[in-house]
Amino acid sequence: MLIRPKEGILDPQGKAVERALPALGFEGIEHVHVGRMVELEAEDPERLAELCEKLLANPLIEDYEIQTF
Amino acid sequence: MKWAVLQFPGSCDERDALQACTLASGEARLIWHEERDLGDVEAVVIPGGFSYGDYLRAGAIARFSPAMEAVAEFAAAGGPVLGICNGFQVLCEAGLLPGALLLNESMRFVCRQVDLVPIAPLDALSTPGGAQSNERREGRRLSIPAKHGEGRYYAPEDMLDALEVNGQVAYRYASDHNFNGSARGIAGVRNEAGNVVGLMPHPEHAVDPLTGSTDGLRVFEAVAAARARA
Repeated sequence: MLIRPKEGILDPQGKAVERALPALGFEGIEHVHVGRMVELEAEDPERLAELCEKLLANPLIEDYEIQTF
Repeated sequence: MKWAVLQFPGSCDERDALQACTLASGEARLIWHEERDLGDVEAVVIPGGFSYGDYLRAGAIARFSPAMEAVAEFAAAGGPVLGICNGFQVLCEAGLLPGALLLNESMRFVCRQVDLVPIAPLDALSTPGGAQSNERREGRRLSIPAKHGEGRYYAPEDMLDALEVNGQVAYRYASDHNFNGSARGIAGVRNEAGNVVGLMPHPEHAVDPLTGSTDGLRVFEAVAAARARA
């Protein structure tokens, strides 16, 4: 699961990373957002969205995306 | 008045909360997070700290504890609940209070004294002698400490508008005291019914003249008064 701050919510972590980039010679990079990734093994992937809604993400402030492999 | 103070692994302000409850009115005892029964308590305090290590998001795991199930039932029945700092985060995660607490704008953990403006609930306005104008709804300022890294209050704009209309903003940072970048300077909110209140700063650390301010007692006294009204 990829969990990231919702569009439009101030993300100070992303901002701090973005501000550091020019000093390292990385130009032209913007809209940096820092989220988190949760890896897990599930027998029944059907309920993963519910798991995100209830625990892994806070739907008020975060969006999530489920990738299955 | 019988108070219960919840204790999670990682709580750290529960002793001061016990002391504050006792000073405000009555007796207080700790409730371990695995306890499902609150007994005959009349008010609950969820104290500050780092419940379950703040893993995932602050308060996200604590909300699933047996004690929090009991608190949710207690709150639904109209029992007064006060959440402080991490306790506020737990109440928001549990859906008992609206909004969320995000990383401070500065990304720093901040520990400082702040001035808060308490704002009366709407029901207090309908009592005889209650204030009528917006200005008079604000109470006397409180000077109490704040100490957190994730205390920036956030709610979507339409939710913020509704909170203001419903009288759910309970505490605001005084101007120039909103150090964490909270939306509309909100330091604390209450639920629609008014019996659940949460705030980021720590009233329980300001109850003894030894530490400079006893303003925090007023927060606990307000909870006791809410119980008396119920």
